[in-house]
Amino acid sequence: MAAIDDLTEGRGSEPLGEMAAESPAMPEVVFDVEELSVYYGEFQAIQDASLKVHENEITAFIGPSGCGKTTLLRCFNRMNDLIETARVTGSLRYHGVDLYDSKVDAVEVRRRIGMVFQKPNPFPKSIRANVAYGPRVAGLAKKGPVMDDIVENSLRKAALWDEVKDRLDDNALGLSGGQQQRLCIARAIATDPDVLLMDEPCSALDPIATTRIEELMHGLKDDYSIVVVTHNMQQAARVSDRTAFFSVDVNPDSDNRTGILVEYDSTQQIFSNPSDERTENYVTGRFG
Amino acid sequence: MTFSTIGTVAKRGATGFERKRTDLAGGLFKAVILSALVVSLLVLAVLLIDTVVDAWSQLSTRAWDFLNGSLRSRSIDDKLGVKQGLYGSFWIGVFVASTAFPIGVGAAIYLEEYAAKSRLAALIELVIRNLAGVPSVVYGLLGLFLFVERSTIFGFVGLGWLADATGGRSVLSAGLTLAVLVLPIVIITAQEAVRSVPSGLKEGAYGLGATKSEMVWTQILPYAAPGILTGTLLAMSRAIGEAAPLILVGAITGGLTRNPELWDASGLREKFTALPIIIVEWVSERGRDPGFAEAAAAAIVVLLALVLLLNMTAILLRNRFERKRG
Ligand SMILES: Nc1ncnc2c1ncn2[C@@H]1O[C@H](COP(=O)(O)OP(=O)(O)O)[C@@H](O)[C@H]1O
Ligand SMILES: [Mg+2]
Repeated sequence: MAAIDDLTEGRGSEPLGEMAAESPAMPEVVFDVEELSVYYGEFQAIQDASLKVHENEITAFIGPSGCGKTTLLRCFNRMNDLIETARVTGSLRYHGVDLYDSKVDAVEVRRRIGMVFQKPNPFPKSIRANVAYGPRVAGLAKKGPVMDDIVENSLRKAALWDEVKDRLDDNALGLSGGQQQRLCIARAIATDPDVLLMDEPCSALDPIATTRIEELMHGLKDDYSIVVVTHNMQQAARVSDRTAFFSVDVNPDSDNRTGILVEYDSTQQIFSNPSDERTENYVTGRFG
Repeated sequence: MTFSTIGTVAKRGATGFERKRTDLAGGLFKAVILSALVVSLLVLAVLLIDTVVDAWSQLSTRAWDFLNGSLRSRSIDDKLGVKQGLYGSFWIGVFVASTAFPIGVGAAIYLEEYAAKSRLAALIELVIRNLAGVPSVVYGLLGLFLFVERSTIFGFVGLGWLADATGGRSVLSAGLTLAVLVLPIVIITAQEAVRSVPSGLKEGAYGLGATKSEMVWTQILPYAAPGILTGTLLAMSRAIGEAAPLILVGAITGGLTRNPELWDASGLREKFTALPIIIVEWVSERGRDPGFAEAAAAAIVVLLALVLLLNMTAILLRNRFERKRG
């Protein structure tokens, strides 16, 4: 925990990395992933992924299902710790701090790095209690005006306030799917994180709700760095600044399917001028 | 489906969707199950009616006296009643609830959320499941050994202090014995309830920076509460109906001099009896004194009412919690 506190102050010192030449205003690196591999028991879900996630940008992970996007995303806030068989090798630095260092507390990491899941998962409690959950367990606030402010601000940022301000004490399960997902975003924002991780946040939503979430992501980018997994290429093209394309490498001998990072570049490059043939096949819809 | 097949279907009948085969096996199965249900309900109803009819002479004229009376040697005694048995059964219920419930729920949460999925954990799981099927007499023996007699384990670990604490043949010993008896059932039902908590809720909590214990308190326990409560109350009604272990632990029907009030805790380390024991005693007395058959029936009605009350509480609590769960 102390390690992370240190790094928050020392943000400016991070070197900008090799891509700095591309644009003069290269934002700071939030996550620096190097040769990261994740195993579930003997099975290797993703192999040697290396990429940098930049501050106040939206980074999209695309690729066919089963290529390890979720697995990689769940390393970023150490959610993989919850799976007994999961094992991570390689390095994953968050503002320079090794997230898998033995001194780093996973609970503290998750307070700093929020997550929104594929299926909206509001708690079966009131809307207010949902948003208040994170701040309460983090000890930021208990009740009263401070908490009320946090709840209101979070819901406003998640573009949900106007729809729910008159029924904050109603059960969150009464909301529509899209509203539930925005509530989950508000809930994640409420702990005042630095990063939002989103795992196919729109895959359970209708197109209108999807559009709203995408607009929301655009707005949130000013305050947060966002990593979003999506299987929807148009979505990646619409919302993201950078895109990482993952694919599955099938080992001809063992028939093991291991996820690999094929290409990582600015979204514009990936969609207009990819350097890898597999990326091109995928983004043009020629993927087998 | 191609257009040509749709065309064929449409030509076969007016709509093409009339029933062409009857599901014989399904129909038969349904009939068998239904008749089994009807037969068992009928048997139950007959038994119940028969018992209530037998009990009527006691309950219609002196229900209150019967509830407040004590064990007597003659069935026409004015003071005949089941208060001593109610006292024993009530406190057995209290001890079962206050020990088996926290220990059982704690064990279930430990096994489901904390224990690593190891061979040892699997073994423990297996043992618990088998313990749930051990005959209750065996638990009676265990209770006798642990709580009643001043035993020593392997000749050197003295358990005398336990027997001293419980008072030997007492309600306290009986309650603890039955708590041990229902513990496996409580653990298994609680485990079931804990396992039913959607993983989305757990991940949601963890994702917001909850520690494991915070997650357990805020997600698992509220969500699993209805299942846990129902399981515990059902286990309690099982405990209240047990007779065999109580005989071993020393429930008696003769020589009980006191008839304490329900909430009078001074009788907890004394000689005791319980409703099932009284029923057994009166049924066996009915040859000598036929009036005891009616008294036994009345005691059965009281015990059934008690168990029914517990089960109804279980259902009400479950519904309440489920409504809260949304
Ligand atoms: N908890 C787990 N245990 C074992 N294997 C898993 C687990 N979660 C995911 N996998 C496997 O890891 C691979 C990558 O999964 P995932 O990261 O969910 O892919 P994606 O999100 O890209 O669809 C898949 O082959 C999947 O079956
Ligand atoms: Mg996924």
